[in-house]
Amino acid sequence: MNRWFRTGLVLGACVMGAIAVLVLVYSLTQNRIENTQQEWLSSSLHTLLPEGPYDNDPIDTVQWLSVAALGSTEPAPVYTVYQNQSPYAAVLTISTQDGYNGKIQLLLGLDFCGTIIGARVTQHSETPGLGDDIELRRSDWITEFNEVSLSTTENNDWTVKQAGGTFDAFTGATITPRAVIKAIHRALQWYEVNRHLVFAI
Amino acid sequence: MSDSPFTQLWRSGLWTDNPALVKLLGLCPLLAVSNNAVNGMGLGIATLLTLLVANALTSMLRPILDNSIRIPVYVLIIATAVTVIELTMKAWLPGLHASLGIFLPLIVTNCLIIGRAEAFASRNPVRDSIHDALAMGTGFLWVLVVLGSIREMVGQGTLLDDVELLFGDYARPWTIQLFDADYGMLVALLPPGAFFTLGILLALKNCGDQSSVLVRQPLLWLRRSFF
Repeated sequence: MNRWFRTGLVLGACVMGAIAVLVLVYSLTQNRIENTQQEWLSSSLHTLLPEGPYDNDPIDTVQWLSVAALGSTEPAPVYTVYQNQSPYAAVLTISTQDGYNGKIQLLLGLDFCGTIIGARVTQHSETPGLGDDIELRRSDWITEFNEVSLSTTENNDWTVKQAGGTFDAFTGATITPRAVIKAIHRALQWYEVNRHLVFAI
Repeated sequence: MSDSPFTQLWRSGLWTDNPALVKLLGLCPLLAVSNNAVNGMGLGIATLLTLLVANALTSMLRPILDNSIRIPVYVLIIATAVTVIELTMKAWLPGLHASLGIFLPLIVTNCLIIGRAEAFASRNPVRDSIHDALAMGTGFLWVLVVLGSIREMVGQGTLLDDVELLFGDYARPWTIQLFDADYGMLVALLPPGAFFTLGILLALKNCGDQSSVLVRQPLLWLRRSFF
């Protein structure tokens, strides 16, 4: 009985020690982790928004929308900025499962009329060396979407050049660019009709 | 030969009992994260730190740990150490944290760590256990870095790509571009490349060990018969 009691005590003490260490480290790092994430988010949002000044910080107006057309049934954040109290631009989080390997997630910056200011892939697991050219740090392919809108590019042109569209594909990989093009096109079509959901008008 | 026990510990960790090249422990992270030198270094250092904490604490708790709770307590120690390292890395090296992804928390399941805690630290004094952790951890680290460098070099023609994730922005010029990425052999970056490269390293190591025996034995024999 005594031996069991002692064993339990030791185990309990170890668990308490571990909890204490974790609580301490968590409280020391939490602020910094949040700050780093906010900074990262706000710097990537600003590259996808037109020149300021805006009335608000995009992070403050975040809304969580779950829209199938944006690629996910999970709520995804949408950021908006206003200029002189009128809607100015928005950044949508869109994702697609059509890639070569799992989910591709992007941020898509649009001005109020629906012209793309910029798009950035934030998360993907496409083949390194082939599919990962959708990342800006690997190639500038994604900048092809800058200044594109539904009025500059007809419905049929929203595909890769091999299929008669306007967008390049990379050598050896067409599934990944097709997936990104389709996701962006779908998001633009959704935005065209549902702008009132994004902005408070 | 009269090596001090520490020299022996270091020799076995770095070479004769190297966790990655001889014991083949922790292959999952080893193969998954070694697609470039910086990732390898990041995971190697994280593993080394976990191993150090786990070995030191296991050895310290030796007198009071009952057999029945030994393993749970090891798991607890390792999981705590990994969580602490993960939180710290997330706060100060967010880029590296993002590129190591799931393999950072998976250090918990690296059998190298619980293996050393059980096989070495649970029956040796604290000082030896710390030496063992440093030696084994460094042994794992150098293999990861070499494997990562080779794969990166063959696959995309660079060395120390993304080095700023680990050492900050001023390290950016350390990246060496050996040839254009388009001429790289993509297979080196993909999972099969990890197996090929590790296989070649294993073969080289065994070949080296054998040839050194082949050279040394006759020399010893000569020395014995003539002097």
